[in-house]
Amino acid sequence: MGALILQQTINALTVGSIYALIALGYTMVYGVLRLINFAHSELFTAGAFIGLALAGALGIAGHPTGGLLVGLITFVLVGLVGVSVEIVAYRPLRGTSRLAPMLSALGMAVVIQNAVMLIGGRRPMIYPSFLPSGAIDVFGAVVSYKQITIFLVAVVLMVGLELFVNRTNLGVRIRAVAENAETASLVGINPNMAISLIFFIGPGLGAVAGILYSSFYGVATFTMGFVIGMKAFTAAILGGIGSIPGAVLGGFLLGAIETFGTAWMPVLTGGVIGTEYRDIFAFSVLVLILLFRPAGLLGEHVSEETRVYKSDF
Amino acid sequence: MRVWPGALAMALLPVLALIAGQFLPAYPLRILDMILLYAILGLGLNIIVGYAGLLDLGYVAFYAIGAYSWALLASGQFDIHLPFALVLLIGASLAGLAGILLGIPVLRLRGDYLAIVTLGFGEIIRVLMNNLDGVTNGPQGIARIDEAHLFGWTLSTPHDFLYLLVAMLVVVFLFVWRIQESALGTALSAVREDQDAARGCGIDTTRVKLVAFAFSAFVGGGCGVVFAAMQRFVSPESFTFWESLIIVLVIVIGGLGNPFGALLGATLLILIPELLRAYADYRLLLYGMALVIIILARPRGIISRPFGPTWLMRRLGGGKC
Repeated sequence: MGALILQQTINALTVGSIYALIALGYTMVYGVLRLINFAHSELFTAGAFIGLALAGALGIAGHPTGGLLVGLITFVLVGLVGVSVEIVAYRPLRGTSRLAPMLSALGMAVVIQNAVMLIGGRRPMIYPSFLPSGAIDVFGAVVSYKQITIFLVAVVLMVGLELFVNRTNLGVRIRAVAENAETASLVGINPNMAISLIFFIGPGLGAVAGILYSSFYGVATFTMGFVIGMKAFTAAILGGIGSIPGAVLGGFLLGAIETFGTAWMPVLTGGVIGTEYRDIFAFSVLVLILLFRPAGLLGEHVSEETRVYKSDF
Repeated sequence: MRVWPGALAMALLPVLALIAGQFLPAYPLRILDMILLYAILGLGLNIIVGYAGLLDLGYVAFYAIGAYSWALLASGQFDIHLPFALVLLIGASLAGLAGILLGIPVLRLRGDYLAIVTLGFGEIIRVLMNNLDGVTNGPQGIARIDEAHLFGWTLSTPHDFLYLLVAMLVVVFLFVWRIQESALGTALSAVREDQDAARGCGIDTTRVKLVAFAFSAFVGGGCGVVFAAMQRFVSPESFTFWESLIIVLVIVIGGLGNPFGALLGATLLILIPELLRAYADYRLLLYGMALVIIILARPRGIISRPFGPTWLMRRLGGGKC
């Protein structure tokens, strides 16, 4: 029993790390532009495919040290794609309505997904693992090195991001623009620079998550981003969208809810609610949390009186 | 102000659709039917998104409730065979009821949170339909649904549905337009522009939002019944998140809060993929690009909000604008 719970906790941490990495991209973009970046989930997929292509080109498939190199190059490449998507499809729409950029993002999602399909193919691709193989036994639970690596990579990236945002000059600029773009520009910060930076880091993290995800499951398909992206977005909302620690908390929490919910619901309900309701747990929890804490768990609660934006769309 | 010129101009569109229907072969006719169906869905969603300013990303849930009403109440599934007119009413009412039940807890939320909760609701409905095998037959869906009969008239060919859809479009169009011009419409636009100020004017914001939500869901449910009768097959496949997004795109591209916009948006969104059919694999890529380009060119929609039916009536009737 104890081993089972431990095993599920480890599985939850693995899935949670991936959700958290993707959720960071959603939350950072939302924090600054109040935009749901639908293209983000497709950049996650693009990351996995670019990683695959690089591994083939450099001839380092399935090697952990090579994996580090592939991860870095993919981060930069997808980051640059993210920056260009923002410049082409979102920047011209800034200051119109809030719906327009969101739907433009949707159009970009369709474009990127189909570009990945045309280049990478329709069929699921077998994915070489960039993660070390093998497993250890911890109190009866099997912990693979893959899982440990995924967790560690995610933690390193998240701590790095936290330090970057809170301790560096560029991070201060990002936070200033997130707080209020106009005021930030009054003190000499270029909001476009900060926004480009966000569109570099967010998709970069998403791309690394794509490589980790595909390495873990050993497969990559061009449609895989949609569901994962939706869950990661749920995680971002759960933690309080716009908040970086919130996205991390939400990611891990969603991983836990899904893993434990899927495992225990059939037992608790005597088989009436089976594992096929996996996707419902996430959404039901989300709906419930929002009803009691409309701004998410760590989200800043903006009172209606002080809100600057009166009309939502 | 004279009423006739404007009314005649607006009547031109349904008449044109009916005339075109006489000459079109079955395949283009089916596309025309789909355009009309999405136009009606767009008009319905416009009440909540365009007039009340609340983003609903789970509109397909109401559509699905309507479709499954017809599939369950007029097929061999439970061996119930109710008449079409009755199910149309039941399906639309069930969807409206679902809208109210969802709306009561949810309408306290604002903006994106509301969007995401409605998205969750849409997914929950779809997963339920996928998994309640005993009722909905799961992913296989329900086939061999009854042919629809409306007061002795059999609806089976795309041509029959053209008449039904044109009639529905006219009714829903007038309904939506009158809502827009009514006290409720004024209240809704006050809520959209500034909820706090609206409350200050004595508008019960939760109640008007709830009414808008219910009307919107009602129209969605009605469309679902017609869709199921047209396809004579339903499965959860038809009610994905993507479908909700298409309906949002219909009204945003056409023009948010403008009934003409929904018509134009539906035409474009259904026609573009058909025109791109020749490009096979590149079809969706080009479709995505077309969407981005249209939005970049006209962020407020192709026909923007002020140029609605009321404007047309005034313009052609010689009244002041």
